[in-house]
Amino acid sequence: MTYNIIHRTIYEYAAPVTMSHHVARLEPRATSTQAQENFSLKIFPEPTLRKARTDYFGNRICLFSVQEVHSKLEIITHSRVAVSAKKIAVPEITVAWEQVAKLFRNPVSPEVVEPYQFIFDSPQVRASLDLADYARESFAPDVPLVAGALDLTKRIFKDFKFDSKATTIATPIEEVFEKRRGVCQDFAHLGIACLRSVGLPARYVSGYLRTHAPEGKTRLVGADASHAWFQIYCHGVGWLDFDPTNNVQPAEEHITVAYGRDFSDVSPVAGILTGGGRHAIKVSVDVESA
Amino acid sequence: MIQSQSQTATGETSFAKKATPEKLLAGYKPAKGAFDELLAANGEPRPHYAKLIGALEEFSPNELQHRADTCQRLIREQGITYNVYGDPRGMERPWQVDPIPFIIAPDEWRAVEAGLIQRATLLNKILTDCYGAQELIRTRWLSPALVFGQPDFLRPCHNIRATADTFLHFYAADLARSPDGRWWVISDRTQIPTGAGYALANRLVTSRILSESFRENNVHRVAGFFRETQSTLARLAPRPSENARVVMLTPGPHNETYFEQAYLARYLGYMLVEGQDLTVRDNHVWLKTLSGLERVDVILRRVDDDFCDPLELRNNSMLGVPGLVEALRAGNVTVANALGSGLLQSPAFMSFLPGLCRHLLSEELKLPSVATWWCGQNTAREHVLKNLDRFVVKPAFRNHAQNFDSEKPFASSERDELKRQIEFDPDLFVAQERVEFSTAPSWDNGALVPRPIGLRVYLVASGDGYCVMPGGLTRVLPESDSNFVSMQSGGSSKDTWIASETPVEEVTLLHSTNQNVELRRTGNNLPSRLADNFFWLGRYSERADATARLLRSALLRFNPERTGSALPLLSPLLQTLSTQGQLPGILEQPELSQNSEAFEAELLAAIFDPARPGSLRQIVDRLQMLAMFVRDRTSNDMWRGLSQLNEGLGGSDTSRRRGVMLAGDAVGVLNQTLLGLAAFHGLARENMTRAQAWRFLDMGLRLERAVYLGTLLDATLRSPEADNPSVLEAVLDVADSSITYRSRYNLLPHVPAVFDLVLLDDKNPRSVLFQIVQLTQHFERLPLEREAARPDSGKSILQECLARLNNTDTRELATSQENLSASKVGNAIQQTLRDLPKLSDAIAAAYFAHSAISRTGR
Repeated sequence: MTYNIIHRTIYEYAAPVTMSHHVARLEPRATSTQAQENFSLKIFPEPTLRKARTDYFGNRICLFSVQEVHSKLEIITHSRVAVSAKKIAVPEITVAWEQVAKLFRNPVSPEVVEPYQFIFDSPQVRASLDLADYARESFAPDVPLVAGALDLTKRIFKDFKFDSKATTIATPIEEVFEKRRGVCQDFAHLGIACLRSVGLPARYVSGYLRTHAPEGKTRLVGADASHAWFQIYCHGVGWLDFDPTNNVQPAEEHITVAYGRDFSDVSPVAGILTGGGRHAIKVSVDVESA
Repeated sequence: MIQSQSQTATGETSFAKKATPEKLLAGYKPAKGAFDELLAANGEPRPHYAKLIGALEEFSPNELQHRADTCQRLIREQGITYNVYGDPRGMERPWQVDPIPFIIAPDEWRAVEAGLIQRATLLNKILTDCYGAQELIRTRWLSPALVFGQPDFLRPCHNIRATADTFLHFYAADLARSPDGRWWVISDRTQIPTGAGYALANRLVTSRILSESFRENNVHRVAGFFRETQSTLARLAPRPSENARVVMLTPGPHNETYFEQAYLARYLGYMLVEGQDLTVRDNHVWLKTLSGLERVDVILRRVDDDFCDPLELRNNSMLGVPGLVEALRAGNVTVANALGSGLLQSPAFMSFLPGLCRHLLSEELKLPSVATWWCGQNTAREHVLKNLDRFVVKPAFRNHAQNFDSEKPFASSERDELKRQIEFDPDLFVAQERVEFSTAPSWDNGALVPRPIGLRVYLVASGDGYCVMPGGLTRVLPESDSNFVSMQSGGSSKDTWIASETPVEEVTLLHSTNQNVELRRTGNNLPSRLADNFFWLGRYSERADATARLLRSALLRFNPERTGSALPLLSPLLQTLSTQGQLPGILEQPELSQNSEAFEAELLAAIFDPARPGSLRQIVDRLQMLAMFVRDRTSNDMWRGLSQLNEGLGGSDTSRRRGVMLAGDAVGVLNQTLLGLAAFHGLARENMTRAQAWRFLDMGLRLERAVYLGTLLDATLRSPEADNPSVLEAVLDVADSSITYRSRYNLLPHVPAVFDLVLLDDKNPRSVLFQIVQLTQHFERLPLEREAARPDSGKSILQECLARLNNTDTRELATSQENLSASKVGNAIQQTLRDLPKLSDAIAAAYFAHSAISRTGR
């Protein structure tokens, strides 16, 4: 399946900005099941300086600075991405979750050094005993890894209510866990925290979700905005995707942009401005199949 | 026969009574089981201490005490302080120095030196690998958790090539000596090795009070280390180093070691800047100065690495420079220590060092670390859990979220919870053996006593290796059983002497050169933040002066027996103090005119009450704080003058706090305060070069003086008693113009003449016009006002004020007796008073304008 994606971000500032530096992570990365065919990033006003590079996790990023006085900043990307069906492992035949966790116990097997990055606390995700207890309901002894992950995904979907007003990007997961409400970002963080709390590596994926016109079908939540979900490392298979917001295993309708330890590693646009005062932000995303 | 005279024959060799060794060391009883630096096991002083002890024994007890007192006095005078967080008594605490230096024997020092050079080399190699190839992780020499699991591993800094492959430009190690006499490293300081400046301060103080011993012992100089620091930093500049600009980046005056930062910046000759003084444009770092942007090549940082760039590192940092990491990647600037070097400050690395040393350097580790078990390793964890009581358990990593004090061990009462935590996330914990400290002689009320000490030693990268400061910061621990050293918890410090067998070379920090020196008449450009501080320093110094004069005049003219009738005569003074905030609304409280005691109490509170807004005491406090902000740009004399002002107004004097203070005493204090301020202003006028700093200081002073004089003159014209000679006397007194008036007129004060002298006489440094003329002249020499300045620029405001005042004639005040304040003179004064705040705003907009930083995303 090939998609054309248009992602617009517009900032309007109450006071003039004399100088701004931004990092954008908007370019869909290539994965084993995804190929990027085309990508353009337009910025208004035109930045004085702009540089694309690859970050620590291999995501494509664009650093730019606007050095003229401006009161509005517009970032528009056009991406064309071909997505083939992601791996769907048969839950029952995957290894028991403890077998995977054991690989990361001391001493660590050299072949899992790369996934090992994703087992530790990160700026927005902290493992805890409470979350470990919650996760163990899905990860009982000898449960196959993927079966456990599917169950966890389902439980987050059932136990937590999607509520775009309950949280902000700064809400800690402890609070999300207590309130049982949040948005896709919170649910991805929560899933990651649960997995790490039982010793499994997990990473955060930011991306898009193809949406369908509501003809008879229930419309998937997260439409026309950036979406987020998590991945779990399955030894011998690789990273597998799970979307707790929609209780699905992403296949052809999830488009990966970037991944990292949590949202703070992959924030689509982050900036530091001189001046600016209060700002309003408008984001719109259109995902169309080509 | 020649009559010979022999001195010995008279038996009068010396009149000085020698303090016997027994006396000086009588109370010196080292605890059993600890290593004592002074006394060997047989109870005899060790040879390398012999000269010092010998010299001390020569002194009489009085002389010894005098030298110890001098030590304290020098610290106070130099203003050597340490900030203690959350101290309600004010943050600045005098630095504690024990006058008795800690001496290390030369051969022993050579071993320490070699061990530390090896260690710094090793740590630098580890950092280079962690931020590059990460081979050590792949080949299992390092556990990946130590790097990937640490918040101090800064991923955005991975693969940024360090200049000359040096990450660790500065390194310090904390050492302790065990009972068997061996030195152990108890912590590695790789992030920002603090304290070298305090070591320098200790040296300056101690070498002065014990100058004879200092020479006799051939103590190695520390200046060479700082000269090496200068050349290392100059070498780091990405562009040819001739014009390289090095700045020291500080978190600001509230940081615990701000004194040290200002002290070192001045000593090394670098500008001390805050993050907001720098900006990244075109991937280069620039300093924002009054006349534009100036390029920065090297940043010596005192800001933690993760705070250095809010764009790519910690996004809530207000201390850093957005875009710095990208400027580093582009190779346009060097930061020392390299961003990310805090990684190795984790004590967990200690248990890996022996193996890594063999692997990377093919050598045995020369200086051992205190025995450390990192719970991320199975065998270590089991050992720790079984022997929890024997160890000090610490967080392995600096924990951002919970803000652990990484130095502080856990309390044993939390043991069960601790066990649970270790089992849940073992990577986060290390256990260390309790550190044992040796004892060294310390001064304690006239005697030498053994006190536990720790030693911090400093290294700087130099060429292809490291150079060790011969000496260091010896810290004296408050209690003998304390097992961690932190200045926050109190304690004292000492100078550290490395004695030499041969005379040592004198070192100076000033470069001598055979080449022709390019002569300069201007120094570095002033950052706008500092211009702002100097301007307010000027304003507050004059505010203190004017307030003290007004209050003194009021107190001198206040007669408790005739309160009611005297008040109208005081009203211009009181009105001025009311308008300016020292005695708000005082004239609207008629009951005060009947109650002389309450009235007097009000006046005294306006002087002494530190809690009262606008009081002289508060103004002086604020003045001192502003002086601290520009500490690296003002002389010690100016600083000392201001410190004494504060003491004069009595922070700690309890009798004043109890309110036992007579009006007469208060006048004395005000006289002292005015003298102190005069000294400060005199130093500013006579000792500061006519550069931007002085200009802004003087502009602040002029503006404030014009405000106070204008307010007083306005209040006088509004008073029904304006022509009362007693009222006019007070005006002349406050404007310090009585003598001039008398020499000119030989008359009772007369309104037109007084106003001519205090408002319009451009020869009188205390007239309003004089201030306006001076301000106009300053403006002509400033860099052009920024375009952002409003249409009513400072220059045009001043021109109008000047024209208006030049067009007035105070003789009209003699004829229009009815409503003086409605006269042309009155109007001119009122208009000037309206213009002055606008002038201040215009100056701020044109030269200081700091825009707030905001952030989006994340």
